[in-house]
Amino acid sequence: MIDAVTLAVLNGRLEQIADEMDATLYRSAFNPIIAEAHDASHGLYDALSGETLVQGKSGLPIFVGAMAFAVKAVIDRSPNGFKDGDVFIFNDPYEGGTHLNDFKLVRPFFRNGKLFCHLASVGHWHDVGGNVPGNYNPVATECWQEAMLIPPVKLYDGGEYRPDILAILQANSRLPNSVLGDLNGQVAALELGMRRLNDLLDEYGDATVLEALAELRKRAVKLMRANIATLPDGNYSFEDYLDNDGIVDEPLLIAVDIEKKGETMRLDFSRTSPACAGPVNIARSTAVASIYVALKHIFPAVPANSGVLEPIEIIIPESSLISVGKPKPVGGYTETILRIIDVMFGALAQAAPERVNGMAYGTINALSLAGYRTDEKRKGQRWVMFSFFGGGHGGHPQGDGLNHGNAPISTATIPPLEILEAAYPVRFTQWALRPDSGGAGKHRGGLGAVYEIELLEQSADAFIFGERGKFPPQGVLGGGEAALNVFSYENGGEWKQPPAVSKMVGIKLKQGERVRLETPGGGGYGPASQRDPAAQANDLRLGYLTK
Amino acid sequence: MSSSRYIIGVDVGGTFTDVFFLDEANQRIAIAKVPSTRGDQSIGFIAGLKQGAPDFKTIATVVHGTTVGTNALLERKVAKTGVITTIGFRDVLEMRRRDRPQTWGLNGSFTPVVPRDLRLEVDERVLADGSVHTPVDVAQVKAAAQQLLDAGCEAACVFFINSYANDVNENAAVAAVRSLWPNAHVTASAELLPEIREFERASTASLNAALQPVVGGYLDKLDKSLRAGGFAGQLLIVQSNGGVMSVETANKLPVRTALSGPAAGVIACAHLAREAGFPNVITGDMGGTSFDVSLIANGESALAAQTAIDFGMVVRTPMIEITTIGAGGGSIAGVDASGLLQVGPQSAGSDPGPVCYGLREIGANEDELGPTVTDANVALGRINADRPIGGKLKRLDVEAAKVSILKHVGVPLKLDVMAAAEAMLRVANAKMAGAVRLVSIERGHDPKKFAYMPFGGGGALHVCAMMREVGVTTGVVPRYPGVTSALGCVIADMRHDGVRTLNTALDDLDIAAVAALIEQRGKAGRAALATAEVAFERIEESIEFDMLYAGQTHTIAVPVAADALSRAGLRAAFERVYQKAFGRLLPGIAIRVLNLRTAVTGKRRKFDLGLLSPQDGKAAKDCRIGERKVWHQGREHSAPVYERLSLAVGESVAGPALFEQSDTTIWLEPGMTARVDSYGNLVISV
Repeated sequence: MIDAVTLAVLNGRLEQIADEMDATLYRSAFNPIIAEAHDASHGLYDALSGETLVQGKSGLPIFVGAMAFAVKAVIDRSPNGFKDGDVFIFNDPYEGGTHLNDFKLVRPFFRNGKLFCHLASVGHWHDVGGNVPGNYNPVATECWQEAMLIPPVKLYDGGEYRPDILAILQANSRLPNSVLGDLNGQVAALELGMRRLNDLLDEYGDATVLEALAELRKRAVKLMRANIATLPDGNYSFEDYLDNDGIVDEPLLIAVDIEKKGETMRLDFSRTSPACAGPVNIARSTAVASIYVALKHIFPAVPANSGVLEPIEIIIPESSLISVGKPKPVGGYTETILRIIDVMFGALAQAAPERVNGMAYGTINALSLAGYRTDEKRKGQRWVMFSFFGGGHGGHPQGDGLNHGNAPISTATIPPLEILEAAYPVRFTQWALRPDSGGAGKHRGGLGAVYEIELLEQSADAFIFGERGKFPPQGVLGGGEAALNVFSYENGGEWKQPPAVSKMVGIKLKQGERVRLETPGGGGYGPASQRDPAAQANDLRLGYLTK
Repeated sequence: MSSSRYIIGVDVGGTFTDVFFLDEANQRIAIAKVPSTRGDQSIGFIAGLKQGAPDFKTIATVVHGTTVGTNALLERKVAKTGVITTIGFRDVLEMRRRDRPQTWGLNGSFTPVVPRDLRLEVDERVLADGSVHTPVDVAQVKAAAQQLLDAGCEAACVFFINSYANDVNENAAVAAVRSLWPNAHVTASAELLPEIREFERASTASLNAALQPVVGGYLDKLDKSLRAGGFAGQLLIVQSNGGVMSVETANKLPVRTALSGPAAGVIACAHLAREAGFPNVITGDMGGTSFDVSLIANGESALAAQTAIDFGMVVRTPMIEITTIGAGGGSIAGVDASGLLQVGPQSAGSDPGPVCYGLREIGANEDELGPTVTDANVALGRINADRPIGGKLKRLDVEAAKVSILKHVGVPLKLDVMAAAEAMLRVANAKMAGAVRLVSIERGHDPKKFAYMPFGGGGALHVCAMMREVGVTTGVVPRYPGVTSALGCVIADMRHDGVRTLNTALDDLDIAAVAALIEQRGKAGRAALATAEVAFERIEESIEFDMLYAGQTHTIAVPVAADALSRAGLRAAFERVYQKAFGRLLPGIAIRVLNLRTAVTGKRRKFDLGLLSPQDGKAAKDCRIGERKVWHQGREHSAPVYERLSLAVGESVAGPALFEQSDTTIWLEPGMTARVDSYGNLVISV
């Protein structure tokens, strides 16, 4: 049996291979969503099942659970096995999780002529076709209105490169150079992973490493079981809503019923609404990945390894909004998985009050402003400003929530407003914390933000894809709810709001008119009656609260 | 012997104050290590100086690496500071770049250095193209400044949106503030950092303002103590970029001291390694709580554009690129719920410190805190328990360390105490080696082609293990690894950096205007060098542009020779650098120029590193001072112990062996050999 010390060393060494693959892609990617926001991930996956063996520390949280499905999709489609040197590429979200922007590369790894495991890379590409630049189409009713859909195909066939595949991908993107740059970066990351894994196997021997991988999975199961065992047995339910799907203005229920017994948990999402017309559906793989994210926020020490989910039974009916297949649109998957994380927190707060926090702001608020330049020099040039916005985090056992943080599914930072103003014909008239937006509580929710943007060009089209316009982020353990998400735009001297509150396309702006985002704060933690009066006075002094 | 004339480097760290004495008149060197004095660092500083140069009249120059500013920021013990800013933007400082402290677990928080009620807004606005949208209302600015004074502010920062593009409003405002502010502690954001990115500029400027009274007060006190002892020379401060500055500059720009001490250490390593014939070297500074890695390629250490002192406390100023992970002598080992051995990132620091220090309260924190990496080294016989470093402790408690290792690691993993201690070191070494590999990858290098140079008190114990883990064939242990930063202070050049955002297409770049800007920067830099009254061998000026293809957000640094300053010259230089970094160009895409960066460096005369070579060195057999049992790879070895500093140039020793000196211990594993080179370095090879 493998000794405890070699196991501990190999644990770090394997994780490092994934980290080094991440670093390789960040360094060489063309598009800022990967290079700056690190919307990518790499790892090692089981040869037969595709299960996650090891994933890096630096990759985007949501991919940690999703990648196993991508590798599994490639395995399922290859009944005759693989050749050494094959590399598959695809973006099908129904098989590989998340949305169509995320291109997955899977490389079967051979050792002495035998399949040993798979290496995989995923990265968010800047533009992959569809109706809307950047692919966040809030009124899509089919996936083809969101982007091109590529099933697993071979980019390399037994080591031989297929330029025709690249030609197809580039022809279907508004940014073909970006496609080339990101793809090259991902291929380079896989090559580095191959070299590093070969070095490691040469150093420790294949048998030892295989044994370590099996043992690490066993340990992950054990660790997760130990974590679950710390929660009291019982049934815990929670429900929350999405505002609408962008097409039909009706709330959509996200509900979880947790049955916790001993070292296992059953998560039943049966009460969740059925599939909807608009793009807030998600595939089952995405739902499982978001459950993993929620659990890892609650138990940060659990590793990125499939063993973590073994003690957990997940029930999602096939008809559910969180288990759709082709061609249901899934572009707004971020909103739905944020809500799954929220209900997980809400339910587990009843079982583990010392580990859970009030809900975070719960929407990414994708805003696009686009138009054409009219000045002499750039006349007719198209410009598109596309960005996500921040909000407050929930109050937590140690203190008040963080003001203006990023979404729990991501680690992305916001671009500087000076960079946006330099690149696009806009002027921010406000970039501020939003007073009174955090939920009250023993530990108050963090504040959301107010961003107000004025158009400097003659005209522009705007669209917004958000959530939390009707159902605010909730508190836990008696904590209060945060403020609602409010989107407003000026039109003919009047401030207006979208009929479907948080989503709208085709907003026409004229020079001097503004749009305003007022984002939610986080929910409170514990009852407001228990708040330290000094903290309350401080909030008033600083203007976090106005009353 | 002629009368002494000293150049002295002083690095004040969290635990020790290290001093390096160079007696220029007599061409001699000496070192000292004394405990740092918390609260008032100048006490330890003066005590350290007195050990080697009791008569301060003999001191020509003191060069100081300081953590006063960094510590003040970490502990939020800075001056009460106010911010005056553009209407609509007072929260930029608190909103950061919309990040969070940890990826996993949503229980972070952030306290800005300037609280919200001391951040006041005034009517004014400049647009990104530099045009003035709303002129500044000076009366409003004065009223705001008065309000801040009335609230008890000691320092102020003026930060306006887009002031990098046009500073006319900000300049008018800061002039108004200075006209009624009772002291010099007023920072203007574009004066300090005329670079695009509002949060980074606001953060750097407000931290600078908040540090002015703290660092100024400290340096003033230090200067007075030195002068009172008869010191009549120059006091210089090391900046994060590895260059030194005058006290006057440090008082104005204290934020530039953010990584003062560590930067000096890397500068020293780069110089020592280059002279010893290793221009490509990776340095590893192992302290009590952290392991700092830095990579030097072709004799030059890379500069990073910014660092975060703590979550949300960004300082954007060129600084030596150093990557830190939580692995040090004080890192705590334990077994997690899945039965996996973990070492760090929790640390016992220096107080209560490792179990063997004997400072932990029995029963209380002895039980919660497990054994540390230092405890493992002590248990395995690598550290001499009777000769602890730094002289604060009499001896180390080997038995207590062993008991703790057995209890926290051995029993849960079913290992005996020696195996458990070795397991701890293997995990810690693997972690440090991982950081070395990652830093190399991020910079596009293969670490196996580099030499490895450990420094800091703990690094040399692990040098052979690190070489094995990373696959490096040469290790270089400098003669005084424990005082490397102090040595770096003596070596560092004087350097002034400047930046200016241009943000224009290369084809639209106004070369004449850029040339004028460079000339003006050069002049200012040379003037700053002149006022410091330091003798330089020569003055070097460098020009660099941050450039990118249109549509990208990551820039690359493109050095340009002064005589190649043309659009064609910039294009050629950009394409050369881009091709090298990414293997291809993107023809047809426009090239943009984001920032101009200038540096003026006054090269100080380097002292002859031959002075570091052993005087009256002896043959290895005559330096043997004993023998210790060292546990290594599952069995006990008899390791001869050598007095390291007595070894003559050219002496060679085969492992296993231990080398002791006052500031560190070197563990030479079986199968490796160590040789003393002509600069006193111990060069280890496999």
